[in-house]
Amino acid sequence: MYEHLETAENPTNLKRVVVDPVSRVEGHGKVTLLLDENNKVQQARLHIVEFRGFERFIQGRPYWELPVLVQRLCGICPVSHHLAAAKAIDQLVGVDPENLTASATKLRRLLHFGQVLQSHALHFFHLSSPDLLFGFESDISKRNIIAVLNDYPDIGLQGVKLRKYGQEVIRMVSGKRVHGTGAIAGGMNKSLTKAERDYLLEDVDQMITWANDSVALIKKVHCSNLPYYDDFATIRSNYLGLTQPNGALELYHGGIRVKDDKGATIFDHIDYCDYNQYIHEEVRSWTYMKFPYLLALGKENGWYRVGPLARVNNCDLIDTPLAEAARVEFKAHTGEAMVHSTLAFHWARLIETLHCAESIKELLHDADLLGQDLVVQGEKRYEGIGVIEAPRGTLFHHYQVDENDIVTKANLIVSTTSNNMGMNESVRQVAAEYLSGRELTEPLLNNLEVAIRAYDPCLSCATHAIGKMPLQLELVDAAGDIIDKLIKHSDGQIERSNLG
Amino acid sequence: MGKSNAQTLVKPILLFAYGNLSRGDDALGPLLLDFVEQHCDLAQLELLTDFQLQIEHALDLQHRQLVLFADASVASSSAFSFMQLAPAQDKSYTTHAMSPAAVMSVYEEITKQPPPPCFLLGIKGESFELGEGLSASASANLLLACRFVEQLLGKPQITHWQALQINETNL
Repeated sequence: MYEHLETAENPTNLKRVVVDPVSRVEGHGKVTLLLDENNKVQQARLHIVEFRGFERFIQGRPYWELPVLVQRLCGICPVSHHLAAAKAIDQLVGVDPENLTASATKLRRLLHFGQVLQSHALHFFHLSSPDLLFGFESDISKRNIIAVLNDYPDIGLQGVKLRKYGQEVIRMVSGKRVHGTGAIAGGMNKSLTKAERDYLLEDVDQMITWANDSVALIKKVHCSNLPYYDDFATIRSNYLGLTQPNGALELYHGGIRVKDDKGATIFDHIDYCDYNQYIHEEVRSWTYMKFPYLLALGKENGWYRVGPLARVNNCDLIDTPLAEAARVEFKAHTGEAMVHSTLAFHWARLIETLHCAESIKELLHDADLLGQDLVVQGEKRYEGIGVIEAPRGTLFHHYQVDENDIVTKANLIVSTTSNNMGMNESVRQVAAEYLSGRELTEPLLNNLEVAIRAYDPCLSCATHAIGKMPLQLELVDAAGDIIDKLIKHSDGQIERSNLG
Repeated sequence: MGKSNAQTLVKPILLFAYGNLSRGDDALGPLLLDFVEQHCDLAQLELLTDFQLQIEHALDLQHRQLVLFADASVASSSAFSFMQLAPAQDKSYTTHAMSPAAVMSVYEEITKQPPPPCFLLGIKGESFELGEGLSASASANLLLACRFVEQLLGKPQITHWQALQINETNL
């Protein structure tokens, strides 16, 4: 635990280093370090400008708009928000998950597998593989997908095409790449045509092969320097996620399972509609982002991690053969009940990618995908809760509506919020173990970003425009004067101003 | 992907407009696309939209003769800008939101061929908050940009588009 580095005892005479924004993550986050005169780290924090105005954005709208509306919260995982909202509004029309038709459930699952596949592929191949293939402190000109495509063309191209395939699954199921309306209250608005199914079947075996190759690749990278990979940014934590009734990995619908750092089960098969009896959120003054924790364990010990590492750690099995074999190898590599290595998020993420590819193939051979029994209706309710395993972790959508079907209350817990404490602890571990006492350079500071990127945080604003996306590092001396500044402009130009 | 559909179904002209409809002036790109869908001849024109550009969008450039990207711009000091692009490794490829020039560069790396001629229409926006509508100035800029795009699409030839290039308009 590195919580002692959350707040320095006497911050006034310390140097301040800011990494702002953290790059290759979605949205805007920054890291601040406070250093003493010997460059020893006394305080390290990850600050996140969280999604703002979620509730205001949603409240006052008719519930049936939600699956489309919430996609616009995030340009990176719109389908996850779409499906979480759809699950919630199913309840508003009186439909529980077990009452959806088989066709609707399987179409939603297919949609979700496509989403997780493309999101994981993007994260690994595009955003993280440069660090993993070239080294965390490699030249900045190497740390990008272009360099990967140049030096490892097969790997780079596979990443692009895996991502594209996931997008095509989404397009076929929902009708569009974005802003699709696949899921509606009580079901789905279209099924797959035979031509659409056959189109997706054309390439699915290739995707499984590439996903399997990517698992082998990350295993090789991870195990090539096992002590380092198992230590870097590593923290011990609780893990939370959905599982199937038999304990299998589950991404679309299941009960909540929480395990502690030794693998002991804290909760299991909890109905997610009761989530607010188990999970509370703490506010801290220095960041916009809340810190969720398990009420039963309290604020200090009840924080947990979500996402691929949590899911693969928590489950007892994966119900597709290649991913299950990969899971068994993954869990065995440390000799512990749980894998705590933060960099193992990548390994777990690629096991899930493989599971998605295998599951897509299995579903595409299921005749229910072509079925026309797509929507059911029940008796109106005034409250609905939808929970799903988004690529980055467990995502909660909770709505209340009035007699006129207008949303009066909305509460969302996004996965990156659940990983807030974990990311901060990993930043502090890296700061304490790898940076403290050293002269800070851009390659060295990239270690902090590598730790954060392992979580694949979505700090999304989904807003982009020409002229945005700068990166700025400042080194401030004990008197508060800026003595060194490094700026990456939006056009990619690097400018350094040594003012000391 | 989709090798059976690729060359036969791809239309020669691509308009790729990107942005988020619920983020104020970030909607400028998708709204321009809506206008084109309603007012322009789509026989030779494919319309694509997304929240932001990503690596796989390089594959959308395949088999095109001419590509127009459209986005909101905070860099422009006037209503809109229009310029031809060259592939560039401009570091935006290290983010979730790539620039069109970086997408072109990815295309080059993937196909080992030069990309088709690509142009960028940047429509000036100023406010990008979640839940906001289009600002008054962005609405005015959009109208001007729509008229301009009608001109472009009325004669989709590279020489014509090159002649119409403007970094800044003073309209």
